[in-house]
Amino acid sequence: MNDMRIVERLVETQGNKISARAVQVHYGTSHAIKDVDVDILDKTVTAFIGPSGCGKSTFLRCLNRMNDTIAACKVTGKITLDGEDIYDARVDPVQLRAKVGMVFQKPNPFPKSIYDNVAYGPKIHGLTRSKAELDEIVESCLRKAALWNEVKDRLTAPGTGLSGGQQQRLCIARAIATSPEVLLMDEPCSALDPIATAQVEELIDELRDQFSVVIVTHSMQQAARVSQRTAFFHLGNLVEYGETGQIFTNPRDPRTESYISGRIG
Amino acid sequence: MSVSLLLLAIALLALIGFGLARRRALSSAGGNPRELHSLPGYYGWHGALMTALPALAGLLIWLLVQPVLIERSVSAHFPADMIAADSSLALTMADVRRVAGGIDVALTAGAMKTDDAGRITTDLAQVRDTLKAVGVALGSDVTTEVLAAAQDYRRLAALGATGRALLVLVLAIAGMALAIRATDKDFRARNRVEQVTLGALMLSSSIAILTTLGIIASMLTETFHFFEAYPIADFFFGLTWSPNFKGDSQLGILPLIWGTLYISLVSMLVAVPLGLFAAIYLAEYASARARAWIKPLIELIAGIPTVVFGLFALVTVGPFLRDYIASPMGWGDSGSSVMTAGLVIGILNIPFISSLSDDIINAVPQSLRDGSLAIGATKSETVRQVVLPAALPGIMGAVLMAASRAIGETMIVSMGAGAAARLDLNPFEAMTTITVKIVSQLTGDTDFGSPETLVAFALGMTLFVITLGLNILALAIVRKYREQYE
Amino acid sequence: MTDTPKSGSIFTQTGLMAKRNASEKRFRFYGLVAVVASLMMLAFILFTIFSAGLSSFRQTTVTFSLELTEAKLDPKGGRDPAKLAKVTTVGYNKLIGTGFAAAIKEHGIEIEGLTDKDAAGFLSDEAAANLRDRVLADPTLIGQTVEINALVMGRIDGFMKGRVTAESAANDSNISAEQLALAKALDDKGLLHLSFNPAFITGTDASDTRPEAAGLGVAILGSAYMMLLVIVLALPVGVAASIYLEEFAPKNKLTDLIEVNISNLAAVPSIVFGILGLAIFINFAGLPQSSSLVGALVLSLMTLPTIIIATRASLKAVPPSIRDAALGVGASKMQTTFHHVLPLAIPGILTGAIIGLARALGETAPLLLIGMVAFVREYPGAPPAGFSDPASALPVQIYQWTQRSDPAFVERASGAIIVLLVFLLVMNTTAILLRRRFERRW
Repeated sequence: MNDMRIVERLVETQGNKISARAVQVHYGTSHAIKDVDVDILDKTVTAFIGPSGCGKSTFLRCLNRMNDTIAACKVTGKITLDGEDIYDARVDPVQLRAKVGMVFQKPNPFPKSIYDNVAYGPKIHGLTRSKAELDEIVESCLRKAALWNEVKDRLTAPGTGLSGGQQQRLCIARAIATSPEVLLMDEPCSALDPIATAQVEELIDELRDQFSVVIVTHSMQQAARVSQRTAFFHLGNLVEYGETGQIFTNPRDPRTESYISGRIG
Repeated sequence: MSVSLLLLAIALLALIGFGLARRRALSSAGGNPRELHSLPGYYGWHGALMTALPALAGLLIWLLVQPVLIERSVSAHFPADMIAADSSLALTMADVRRVAGGIDVALTAGAMKTDDAGRITTDLAQVRDTLKAVGVALGSDVTTEVLAAAQDYRRLAALGATGRALLVLVLAIAGMALAIRATDKDFRARNRVEQVTLGALMLSSSIAILTTLGIIASMLTETFHFFEAYPIADFFFGLTWSPNFKGDSQLGILPLIWGTLYISLVSMLVAVPLGLFAAIYLAEYASARARAWIKPLIELIAGIPTVVFGLFALVTVGPFLRDYIASPMGWGDSGSSVMTAGLVIGILNIPFISSLSDDIINAVPQSLRDGSLAIGATKSETVRQVVLPAALPGIMGAVLMAASRAIGETMIVSMGAGAAARLDLNPFEAMTTITVKIVSQLTGDTDFGSPETLVAFALGMTLFVITLGLNILALAIVRKYREQYE
Repeated sequence: MTDTPKSGSIFTQTGLMAKRNASEKRFRFYGLVAVVASLMMLAFILFTIFSAGLSSFRQTTVTFSLELTEAKLDPKGGRDPAKLAKVTTVGYNKLIGTGFAAAIKEHGIEIEGLTDKDAAGFLSDEAAANLRDRVLADPTLIGQTVEINALVMGRIDGFMKGRVTAESAANDSNISAEQLALAKALDDKGLLHLSFNPAFITGTDASDTRPEAAGLGVAILGSAYMMLLVIVLALPVGVAASIYLEEFAPKNKLTDLIEVNISNLAAVPSIVFGILGLAIFINFAGLPQSSSLVGALVLSLMTLPTIIIATRASLKAVPPSIRDAALGVGASKMQTTFHHVLPLAIPGILTGAIIGLARALGETAPLLLIGMVAFVREYPGAPPAGFSDPASALPVQIYQWTQRSDPAFVERASGAIIVLLVFLLVMNTTAILLRRRFERRW
């Protein structure tokens, strides 16, 4: 790990996008997240790292209330988006998810055409008034996802027919089509080959201009490559959170150090 | 020796074969089972199988061949013109068998003496009375020819029985001898026994094919007979169904097909929305606890015999529709109707569609739902725009299978749809289906020479082809769908 | 908190969102309606059957004393059974009719306009037959005065059960107002009893005109015979076929053909199996019509695919590691299958077999074609010879009763359905318990 290159990036001072305070998650009898406090900055890539089963994905799913779909899962504590509590009774999780999009571990394009995959979100949220407008959104999202040149001639072909990396970029295009403010990514490259991974990582870096990106990753190299801030989770606890460079070069907690030097994981 | 006695003898010989072969194997190894190639029991089984199988095969062949040979020989008693009329010979032969059987019964009952039995050849009235006294009723008067034939029949049958017993016993003993001679400590008894077992297993699995062949063969031959007596074009394109056992029937299938399809359509209109929505609710909305209760309850509907639904149609649904809907609206006053049968078949098919669709909906990967929900779709949007399109092929398969069941349903339509073949659009009229007509043409007095009876086989063939086609299509669709997500 | 939200607050619901949520609620409601409607239909069917059928387990009888006059029943004396048997039910009918008329008078019941014919018709024809059986069984009764419990006719039974009312009787030529008045009077005196009727379960079928005497005995026995034969025929063959297909069959065209065949056979309409039975077993092989043997053969062929599908599923569920372990210690493939795989699969096989059997028990259509609709009043003999005697079957008996004109038969048919459902319930519960008890998770 010593030769790991840390890209020093200029971290602009940004406001908090999401703040979590004293978040606890229980899955039935097991206590999956213990008292986590974290502030996620706008227009920044934040990486969650940690050994498997440490709760990083669970925590990620709290941020757009995807955990609501699991009956046994109980979330307590406070998570705010732009200062508004997302677990407030007045919040419609459906509306929330339009603002906090998500990309999953395995590419999951709908069994529809490439065009319909991207157009799905804008359609259900009523973001467009005309077909031309929709076409425009689809094109711009596919461009942002760096997929446009590869698929512009076959927009009506099924999304499931693309390669793994293309599928994942399609899913990213689909997620940004609803113009979210935060983009959650749950190990987005774990099912991809190295070349596709590189393409997606490059894309994540570009997305930072417009969105606050939170990425859960298994690979420390990836966290180091794409993120500005890193949070290390261990056994449901947030052990350490700070600038990526600092976490990887000068961890404060011995557990973080053991993990990045490969002793736990 | 009667057949059951012979079977007993074979079993006994097989037992002896088992013991002898096992003992010989052991003694060839000097009493040490470890010297043997196989376990001692296998040598025993080999002996038993070698004793029983050839004997049983011989018995079976004899049982199949003897009646044919005897029939041919006995029919020489009847003049050629009688044989020419095929059905009449069959009837006479039935008489011969009954007289011969009757004499045997009379003998065992003690109403006749053994000596007398062989001698009576002329006293026809006496034969009738004696047989009547022991409970064998004869249809027509016994003729001299019949009586002579019956005597011949008895003689040949007795001869056959002796020959049969002889053959079977010889085969059994020969088989046993062969097995014992082969038995030796190096003999691979287990392999031989396992080969026989494998053969039996293969034979069992071929029964499925034999059944299909039996269905096709039986219906095909009779359908050919039907088309010899009735023009094929009139059957498939005739608009009138009016069988008349005095002849001059019009046997057009179209009204029956119309009734069948109309009733199936109504049933699908009931079953598909209810079944599909129930499946969606169970798969996507219901809590695990509710699902664990509701699913078996809905499936309970499928466990109720169709005759129960038939009674429900006949006694409850039919009169209700007639008294509260059809009559007040002036749409007809028949209790049995397309609507009655369709509704009830629809109820019957709800669990069928809901279970299959539930499985299929559950097979849609959760990741697709997550993807849709994460974009901010509501549950119903996810179901309608992502889950259902993904599950569509599978659901189509389920619907086709349900349609095939509706088309082949018999009891509900016989009790709820009526018997009148009619080409009509009014769903409150009684109409009839292919299955109802198969039942009505094949029950009661049937004459397998007349087109009115044989038409049932042509109807059955049509039904078989339609449902088979639907099922093959449905299975292919479902299989393809499963492969997509596996 | 420098950045202001791009779009509105998440606390305020957009108009579109309200619409979308309404449509979500609607959709969910449709689903709930479908579930509730299905369950209500099930409840309604069961309710109608039970409310119509439960009363068939009870039957109305009238109790009175009757002198069994020797002059009528054994005019020559001597109690010779052959001579006693010469007195037919007609003779007993007269005796019982006059006896009943006398009993009415004796109890001081006077109904205006009640003719002797009305009084005699009050009783079921079956009452005379029952009395005759009783006398023939015990000739010493002749000459004595005995207490008899006579079946009353179906309409009076219906009156006692509330099915027949004064209004419905007015349009019915089979019952007179006087007979209803008599029933009321007898009931007031405590002579009419509505009591449990074992003959409904054990008795034989009766003709169109005497629903009060119709019983299910022959049908239950016939169904039992058929189920026994189906187990003996279909279970071994089905299990053997599954073992071959699952464990031994090479992957080739023939095996594929057999598999496709089996899944298609499972979906062939049952009536087609009836045609097969009629053509092959009766017309070709000459087996006796309406016998339980032919019925069982047809039902076995129908049940076979169900058993094969269930058996293969439970064989498949036995993990390969068990097979490897057995083969590893030097067992042959056949020994592995029979010693290790099959015993582990038995609970699943039994569950499948019972479910197949339950379906066979309720099957009607194919049995109609092989002549089981015949009116059978004789119990089939003891097996194995009894397998070829004419018999009925529960579902066929139900169907036959629904085809009769007297509405009392609807009550009988519903009662028979209750019996059938009880059998099915027992079988399915057994299957579920078996599965629960022996369910194994690897």
